[in-house]
Amino acid sequence: MRVSNKTLDHLRALVTSGVDRYELLEEIGRGGLGTVYAALDTRLDRRVALKVLNVPDLESESRILARLEHPGVVPVYDSGVLPDGRTFYAMKLIEGIRLDRYAEQAHSINERLRVFEKVCEPVAFAHARGVLHRDLKPSNIMIGSFGEVLVLDWGIPGVMGTAGFIPPEQVAGELGDVFALGRVLTRLTGDGAPKPVRAIAEKASSFRAERRYAGVAQLMSDVARYLDGERVMAYRENPLEWVGRMLTRHRVVAALLVTYLVMRIALIFITRR
Amino acid sequence: MNKIMIGLLVGALLGAIDGATAWFTPEVRNEMTGIIIGSTMKGLITGLIAGFVARKVNSVAIGVLVGLSVQAALSLAVAYAQGDHYLEIILPGSIVGAIVGFATQRYPASQRSEVATASR
Repeated sequence: MRVSNKTLDHLRALVTSGVDRYELLEEIGRGGLGTVYAALDTRLDRRVALKVLNVPDLESESRILARLEHPGVVPVYDSGVLPDGRTFYAMKLIEGIRLDRYAEQAHSINERLRVFEKVCEPVAFAHARGVLHRDLKPSNIMIGSFGEVLVLDWGIPGVMGTAGFIPPEQVAGELGDVFALGRVLTRLTGDGAPKPVRAIAEKASSFRAERRYAGVAQLMSDVARYLDGERVMAYRENPLEWVGRMLTRHRVVAALLVTYLVMRIALIFITRR
Repeated sequence: MNKIMIGLLVGALLGAIDGATAWFTPEVRNEMTGIIIGSTMKGLITGLIAGFVARKVNSVAIGVLVGLSVQAALSLAVAYAQGDHYLEIILPGSIVGAIVGFATQRYPASQRSEVATASR
């Protein structure tokens, strides 16, 4: 994503005149409400992400983020107002890849689900504090170089979300975020996901809100059940699938029992000769 | 349920079943009661020891090794006392011990999903 030199120079002038601390380096992202730049914090001599909001009269995202101290939420370092009235804030610059790029790479289904759990954690944490995200989508989720998962672009009131991740109901709520998480899970695990995982994603992103999980915690629990080899609530398995799951979950015991049976049968035949 | 109880239960159950398989050896069918009781006792002792070990050491490999070794030693003693059927007693008995040792290490399993829900 490119920005014209003229615009960048204008913003450089605004930021340096406003706070005299950040040196804009390059544009790294652009959304409906603002633009994110990589910047150099000249006071601490470190690279930061500087977000300049286009809309001045909304509750600052920085204040929402400040309420959410969680490993899955990008920490805010500083905030302020530009001379032209726009809000800006500096936050940790995440070196990593976005979830949509991660989904394209070769990862096992369990690795993907563990990443998904880490996506859900800060959302559940935020919901418990009355904060909605409102725009959950793979491009708003970063996987850092240390494997940390961070959810970006926290919900500023008025955000409508992104096509394909917006729930059909008009009123935004926790179930709207559950819907978007279901869509994120579908995107993350792909068409080749096991049936129980697909069922979890379908339940979460059901068009009828009452059929979805009651909250993010319930969605996470079902994902955790799948990872633990337990039956997931969203999927009714047939007897054959049950046997397969049990054999996979208790494969060591199953192997030992089979060894015992084979040995017993062999001994019966050997001693009868 | 704690690990010692798991060890005792699994040990007794598998020990009894292992003893019952002696029915397939015709020459000892008239001693079935004694064999089942003896095999159950072996399982109980193995379960007790494996359960104690599981409380101290968190290692599936060590659990399996302890269960297998204890059962093998007890089975050897029984077979030696009988003076016959070494293979039929020691080999399956050792596998039973390995299962008991594994069970005491792995169960009761930590319920990650329930912990995850409860922590929120």
